[in-house]
Formats: sequence, C-alpha cells, structure tokens
Amino acid sequence: MWEKKPILFLLLATATILVGTIVTMVLPFAWVNTEHDRIETVTPYSALEQEGRDVYIREGCNNCHSQTIRPLVAEVLRYGEYSKSGEFVHDRPFLWGSKRTGPDLARIGGKYPDEWHYKHMDSPRAMVPKTNMPDYGWLTENSLDPDMIRRKMDVLDFPYTEDEIKALAGKNEMDAIVAYMQKLGTGIPWREAAATEIVGELENPFKGDAAAIAAGKAVYDANCAACHGDDLSGDIGPELTDMSAYDDAILYEIIYSGITDGGMPPFASLGSTKVWQLVNFLMYRE
Amino acid sequence: MEKPEYNYAVVRGFVNWSILWGLVAILVGVIAAIQMTNPELNFPPYFTFGRLRPLHTNAGLYGWGVGSIFAMFLYIVQRLCKVRLWSDKLATFQLWLFNITIIGAAVTLLLGYTTSKEYHELEWPLDIMVVVLWVAFAINIIMTIVKRKEEQMYISLWYMLASIVGVAILYLVNSAEVPVSLFKSYSAYAGTNDANVHWWFGHNAVAMAFTAPPLAMFYYFLPKTTGAPIFSHRLSIVAFWSLIFMYLWTGAHHLLWTPVPDWIQTLAMGFSVMLIAPSWGSVFNGYLSMNGQWHQMRENYLVKFLIVGITFYGLQTLQGPMQAIRTFSAFIHYTDWVPAHIHMGTMGWVSMIAFAGVYFLVPRIYGRELYSVPLANLHFWLILVGQLIWTISLWIAGVLQAGMWNAMNPDGSLTYTFMETMVEMYPFWWARTIGGVIFLIGVIVFIYNLIKTAKGGAPAPAAEGRA
Repeated sequence: MWEKKPILFLLLATATILVGTIVTMVLPFAWVNTEHDRIETVTPYSALEQEGRDVYIREGCNNCHSQTIRPLVAEVLRYGEYSKSGEFVHDRPFLWGSKRTGPDLARIGGKYPDEWHYKHMDSPRAMVPKTNMPDYGWLTENSLDPDMIRRKMDVLDFPYTEDEIKALAGKNEMDAIVAYMQKLGTGIPWREAAATEIVGELENPFKGDAAAIAAGKAVYDANCAACHGDDLSGDIGPELTDMSAYDDAILYEIIYSGITDGGMPPFASLGSTKVWQLVNFLMYRE
Repeated sequence: MEKPEYNYAVVRGFVNWSILWGLVAILVGVIAAIQMTNPELNFPPYFTFGRLRPLHTNAGLYGWGVGSIFAMFLYIVQRLCKVRLWSDKLATFQLWLFNITIIGAAVTLLLGYTTSKEYHELEWPLDIMVVVLWVAFAINIIMTIVKRKEEQMYISLWYMLASIVGVAILYLVNSAEVPVSLFKSYSAYAGTNDANVHWWFGHNAVAMAFTAPPLAMFYYFLPKTTGAPIFSHRLSIVAFWSLIFMYLWTGAHHLLWTPVPDWIQTLAMGFSVMLIAPSWGSVFNGYLSMNGQWHQMRENYLVKFLIVGITFYGLQTLQGPMQAIRTFSAFIHYTDWVPAHIHMGTMGWVSMIAFAGVYFLVPRIYGRELYSVPLANLHFWLILVGQLIWTISLWIAGVLQAGMWNAMNPDGSLTYTFMETMVEMYPFWWARTIGGVIFLIGVIVFIYNLIKTAKGGAPAPAAEGRA
C-alpha cells in the first residue's frame, strides 16, 4: 500500500533515513567538544595564525595534506603523538583531510624553524628535490587586510588585541601561513614528552669505516643538505665543516633527539644505523 | 488509449548541458593528474592543483552526475506516471538555475572561495542556490507523482523519492555555517563534530545522489532495453528499504582511528559490512533479470553498458566495506588506493549507467536514431579500458605506498622517509594520466556520435510513441 501513496512513502523514507542519522550524527554532540574531551593547554588561533589557516583553506592544501595522526605505531613514529579530539575544538572547519600526497601536518608546528618554511613554500624542490608540491612564493605578494581579519576573529569569538590587529598591516599571506604551520599540533607539550633519553654508553659501531662514511653521505644528502648545505657550509642550520667541538656520542644524541627549541628536528625515525652512518660521515670523512 | 504529451525539451536540455560539464570535469581531471607528476604545470593563483581538484570533483559530481540524474528523472517520472511534468516552467527554471550554479561553482572555486569540505566546497551563496535548485526539482517530481495516472509507483520512483528527501536533509545540515563576507564563512560545527557531520554528509551523498539515482535508472532502463521484467519485486523491496536504512550509519568509516568516538566508528564499520547485502540484492536482481537474455550482451550495446555498470556497482560495494574495516583502513587509508576506489564508482558504475541512459533517450529527445552503433561500442571499450588502467594502477600504488609507510627496521625505526615513498608513486601517477586520457577519448567519441545524430541521423518518427 505504501507503493501507492507517495506522501506516506516520503514520510516512511524520511523516518528510515533519520534513525542512523540521529544515532551516529546527532547524539555524538552530547560527548564531543564537551568537558569530557577538553584539554586545558589548547588555545584558539591568533589573528595571524587564523588568517594563515584561511589561506591554507583557500589554496586547498587539505587536498594533499591530512591533519590527524592515528594511534598506529608507524604513524606516531613518522609524525608524532596521535591526535586528540580536544586539540581541534577551535577548528572551523575541521581540516583532517583524506589523502596524503604530502605528509600529515597535524604536528608540523615546531618541527622546523620559520626560515625552513619560507624557503620550502617559495620553492619546495630547492629543499626536497623530488617533491611535487607547487610553489607558493607568490603568497608574499598578497598583503593582509587587518579589518577583515578582525571581523573573522569576531565571528569566531577568538580573543585578540588591537595591537595584534595593527601588527598585521605590514605582513603578507606567507607570514600568515608560516605562523599557522608553527601553531599546528602544539596545543599539547608532546615534543618534550616524546624526546628520547639515551641511557648507557654510546659507542660508535663503525668508527671511521669507509663504507659507513659513504652511506652516511647518502643519508646526509637526503635528510640534512636542505638546511646545512650540500657542502656542509650551512644555510638555515649551522655549518658542519668543523666538528672539533663534538664527539661521536654527543653528535649521535643531537641527531637522534634533535634540538627541541632550536629548530633541529629529531631523526630518531631514521634508526640507529643510519644515524651512526651520519655521525661517521660528519666526523671522519676525508 | 490517449497518449499523454511529454516534456522532452527540458530532458534534452539537461542531457546536453550535463555532458558539457562532464567533458569539463574530465579535462580538468586530466590536467590535475598531469600536475601530480609535473608540478611546474601549476599556474598560481587560479590554476594550482589545490584549486583545480575541487573544480574537477564538483564538475564531475554535480555538473555531469547530478545534471544527468536530473535529465533521467525528469524523463522517467513522466513515463512511469503517464503524465506530463507538473510544471514545464519550473523545469525550465531548474535547468537554467542548474547551469548558473555550475558556472558559479567553477568560477568561485578557481577564485579560491571554498569551505574546504570535500564534495561540499561551495560557499554559502552557492549553497543557497543549490537548495533552491533542489526544492524546484523536488516539487516538480513529487507533484508529478501525486497527479500520476498509474496507481502503482514503480521501483525507480522509490529510489527517486528517497534521493530527493535524503539529499535535502544531508545538504541542509552540512551547510550550516556563519558568513563573514560574501564568499567566506565558518562552519557551525567545530573540530571532531564538524568531521563527523561532514562525513555523515560525504558518505551519504554517495548513497543518496550517486547510488539511489543510478539504481533508479538501472531498474528502469534494464527492463526497457531487454524487454524482460525485473526478476523479483520482493527482492527489490527488501533491498531498497534496507539500503536506505543502513547507509546513514556508515559515515564514520571515513574517520576510522581518528578522534571520533570509537563506538561511532564501530557502528560505521558494522553497518558498512552489512550494506553488502542490500547492494548485492540489486546486483543479483539485475543479473537474474538477464535469465534467458544473456545473448543481448552481444547483440545490444545498451545492455552491455547496463550490465557492466551494475557489475562495477557490485565490485564497488565489496571493496567499500572492505576498506571500512578498521584493520584494512589502518593500512590503506590516505593512500592512492582511495581515489582509485572512488573512480571505479564514478567512471565504472555511475557514468556507465548515465551513458546508457543517454543512448536510450537519444531517439526520444533528438527524434533520430543513433548515428553509429559501432562508435557507441568504441565508446564502451575506451571508457572501460581507461577506467581499468586508472584504477588498477592506483590500487597497486596504494598497496606499495601503504607497505612502505609501515615498513620498519629491526630496531623499530622506519625504513623509509616520506619522500622515499612518494617518488615510488610517479610511474603509477603517469599510468593514471594515460587511463584518464583514454577515458577522455572515449567521451569525445560519445559526444561526436551524439552531434552527428542530432545533426543528421536517420529520423525516428516512432520515437514519440515508444514506451
């Protein structure tokens, strides 16, 4: 009989559709973004960061970069601590993405110094030779509109000061997107928590070994040259030609754990063999 | 019996325009595919991958997909109800608003006006246009059904009505946003809530806009083409109601392992696996309707499009639930496997059925017999081969990529850096471009065939009277 009554049919179909909708889409509002998953240290975006976020949205960065780290071993090793619901309460819209043509960015904040981001945005292939990321150097040509950003902050109900808004006048979209990058994932102090402490004596297993030095050069070219220069003469990072101030163990520790507030990322994910090869390249190359 | 006069002009309008938008979608898709391997072909600010990809998906899903669905529904509803459309003026208004909306979408997306939400990128002024468009469409379909001369509503009409109400609910809820300016708004929901609402929308847009409508077409065009009825009415009833019930629980399978509460993920996983049953209910109903008619696969090109289309629907609805299982999702999500899954659905299933629908309508809307059946066959093989090259190469790529992302050394460190995994993708991305170009050539053959038909095919005087 429902096959002969279109209005009754519409009502039945609507009711059928609403069951799963109410359970899986409406009900979760009772738990998500409540006290239940609140994190004290997570703060709203500053005016500059929020504008950077809007540039990220406008340029469709989410088409190639995700922003959620799943609680899976390889993923936490690669990107950092897995994402928590409470870290996203200020995100309108969410930017979790669905594809990783490029790496996840949920914990990019603090991984590299600002300088790295400026250079990488301007010319990605100068930093990462085979990447297919488009150039975004042209963002420096677009200056910010403080009045518009004030309006955005009002709509979002984020705190700001007039000085903060005034300071936007001399800045451009590149400054904004870099500020946004540096904010990502820093709502919890995960870098400090994830830092590895090396216990016991460190002994160089390949001391001066020619094969290890050659392998270390390859590791250097792929992971270090972008910041420290092809010929170790330094660029964003310091020059590495004179290593007399270091010994093998200290150098290993710096590469392995990074310098959390100095802009040097940890390279623990390379594994100890590759890190030792690097140490040998830096300390004992001809 | 007196034959009612049908409005075919508006159907023809939707067919022509949707094909044009489809061509745009595929062209932009090929360009975006080439940008993946050749980043120097990004031309900022308007023609970068980040802006072209949403244009590709919107033109494909809404210009070609929804446009052709409008065409088919407006045709089928008149035939199944044995009356003319409730309002010709409303239908014409719908056609022009549709085109203006699609043009508006293309322009604003290139200008960077986007909400960033996948498959719902359009900013709030365009959202409003879409809502008006859908309401105009809904009123015309519902009123035509209300004043119908055929008491029983055929299966296709059920899917049509479910699609109309489903899309309306999804779009309205997911559009909730607070405007800042004419082309900038912020979502009404934040973070994890926004993600959950969005993928409830995202997955069910697939259900209500790209599963129910092609099924409505399939259930109509298959028996019309073969001359044999649908195998089981009861099976179609069970498949219909269970499909529209189960789909709505599954959105969070796009969010497995994310901060969305675990119980929502588990429900999504369970219901996704259960969805195999109603999906395959329709696949089997199609196959069994071919009992004694399989020779038509050889003799009638239309049957070939329809049966191969429903086969890809069957494969899609096996692969989808597989990806919705937590363990497999942990491995394959975020890789190139996923776009391949989507393209099997869009190129292999939805487009295949929509092409069949257009061929079926040709004599009725142009008043001429199809210019060339061999060209239609060529079209079939090109889009099939193009799609298979596209999808199979990226499935392989996805497995390779996932394997490399997860590979670990004995000391517990990662074997590969991200860039080492990415450079391995280039050959597969090239293969994808080749598949896309072959598909594009197939569609150009199709369009050429239609133009020749409209301009000088043999007249089909009996077209009006054809059932």
